[in-house]
Amino acid sequence: MSHLLIQASTPLCLLQDAGRFGVRHLGVTQGGAADWLSMAWANWLLGNSPDAAVIEVTLGGLSVVAKADCSLALAGADLAATIDGQPLKPWRSFALKQGQTLAFTRPLSGARAYLAAPAGFVAPQVLGSCATVAREQLGGPDGFGRGLVAGDELRYHGIVQALRDIPREHVPVFAANPRLDVILGAQIGDFTGQSTFDAFNLPWTLDSRADRMGIRLLGPELVYQGAPMISEGIPLGAIQVPPDGQPIVLLNDRQTIGGYPRLGALTPLAMARLAQSLPGEAVRMVPVMQEMAHEQHLRYMKRFVCLK
Amino acid sequence: MKPRIEVVAIDCLMLRLFDEIAESNMPWMLAASERLRASFAGQLIDLVPSYTTLMVHYDGLVLSPAQARELIAEALTDLRPGTRNSGQCHVLPVWYDLSVGPELSLLATRAGCSVSEVIRRHSEHEYQVFALGFAPGFAFMGLVEESLAAPRLNTPRKRVASGSVGIAERQTAAYPAQSPGGWNLIGRTPSALFDREREGYSLMQPGDTVRFAPITHAEFIRLGGDDTPQEALA
Repeated sequence: MSHLLIQASTPLCLLQDAGRFGVRHLGVTQGGAADWLSMAWANWLLGNSPDAAVIEVTLGGLSVVAKADCSLALAGADLAATIDGQPLKPWRSFALKQGQTLAFTRPLSGARAYLAAPAGFVAPQVLGSCATVAREQLGGPDGFGRGLVAGDELRYHGIVQALRDIPREHVPVFAANPRLDVILGAQIGDFTGQSTFDAFNLPWTLDSRADRMGIRLLGPELVYQGAPMISEGIPLGAIQVPPDGQPIVLLNDRQTIGGYPRLGALTPLAMARLAQSLPGEAVRMVPVMQEMAHEQHLRYMKRFVCLK
Repeated sequence: MKPRIEVVAIDCLMLRLFDEIAESNMPWMLAASERLRASFAGQLIDLVPSYTTLMVHYDGLVLSPAQARELIAEALTDLRPGTRNSGQCHVLPVWYDLSVGPELSLLATRAGCSVSEVIRRHSEHEYQVFALGFAPGFAFMGLVEESLAAPRLNTPRKRVASGSVGIAERQTAAYPAQSPGGWNLIGRTPSALFDREREGYSLMQPGDTVRFAPITHAEFIRLGGDDTPQEALA
């Protein structure tokens, strides 16, 4: 069993996996890696299951020391990572020798990096997951929702794999002004015509009010004309529109039910992309139908699964 | 009941059963939940009931939206309401006191009655659990008698003590853990509402019924309650 010692951290450096399932009817949030795709790639590099426990590093500030020689994997944002000062690019597995320090400093491209270990980090399973949700006091290294802090030791006991890169053609590109596919929801017809036109034709900017519960988008005011809603279940990626007309995309740590009308919900790939966007960046929303988005997603996942 | 199926997300559909909040919805909601769990079986990821709807989150890598719709339709075939006792009935002990329930006097003023009358009215009804949400184990219950209905506080408290019992509009709830909150507080329960070590985790499940039983300060302490005044947390 090898371990990493956390030397420095921030409240945004968290143990994550796919999240909690089968408990949302109890008011328990889903949680889990905000960019599920980068988490899956980090795990793929080590031959792990796609949802093995990883460290989600948002914006930087994490520094870890290897207590023994190890091989780890990095995917997602380029947070100007270094090994003993030497730059380390994401989308590869790499060796970290005993005593070496891996540090994440600042976002060069994307927002969230995923650090994986052979067979995943060992973490207490709380309601079936180690996903860290401070608000609910669930998951994390202590099982009570704490983020990583200096002095934590993270263990893993998988077998070291041959080092490799993700094939270039598969590396997600975090190009500016990304297209986010929105599956239209039931209330779409209750927004004014102007609002639905604006929603899908004008640019949206990420607000600084953004966390793992939701990301606010700034842009034209969206006007809902339907009847007030009774709270109902809200899916990952739901785009809810509160009375101020500025939409909020709901992320992994969202509340389980809510009563704001929704434009619809982002596709999983759009969610992965949005999780890599920073406040001030622009995005576009594009309406898609559920059936077609589903078929497209299946094709994408097939490609992912077939890759050895 | 006129069920409708709506698109929610790539792997989610909403089954809308009713248009209004009513206690009489619950036997139907429970029956539909049971049927949906059976028909989706291993392909069900989460089923989120709430007042009038059931959100079905299924495994989109196995089921297409069309197949999921068929399973929902199948689950609704010949649906009969569950018996009234299909949910559990809980008795929640509550210490009603101004120190832990600072809005008791406000509600009494609004209702034009005494504080003890507010307590009597709140504790004489058997409430339905409509949904859980906001926090793990936080059960939205109703319907509270019209005279006790009161809007949420204009400014939510940053810290509401764990176990606090409150009223918002015609609903009542108890906070399973300390958290921010805007409900009108009227008392505190010593019962553990969410426990990760307990089977089912949450004391209250959607479709259960709840009665509040007034207890004395001594009983509250004996049952393990923390009587730190709400004011001391604010």
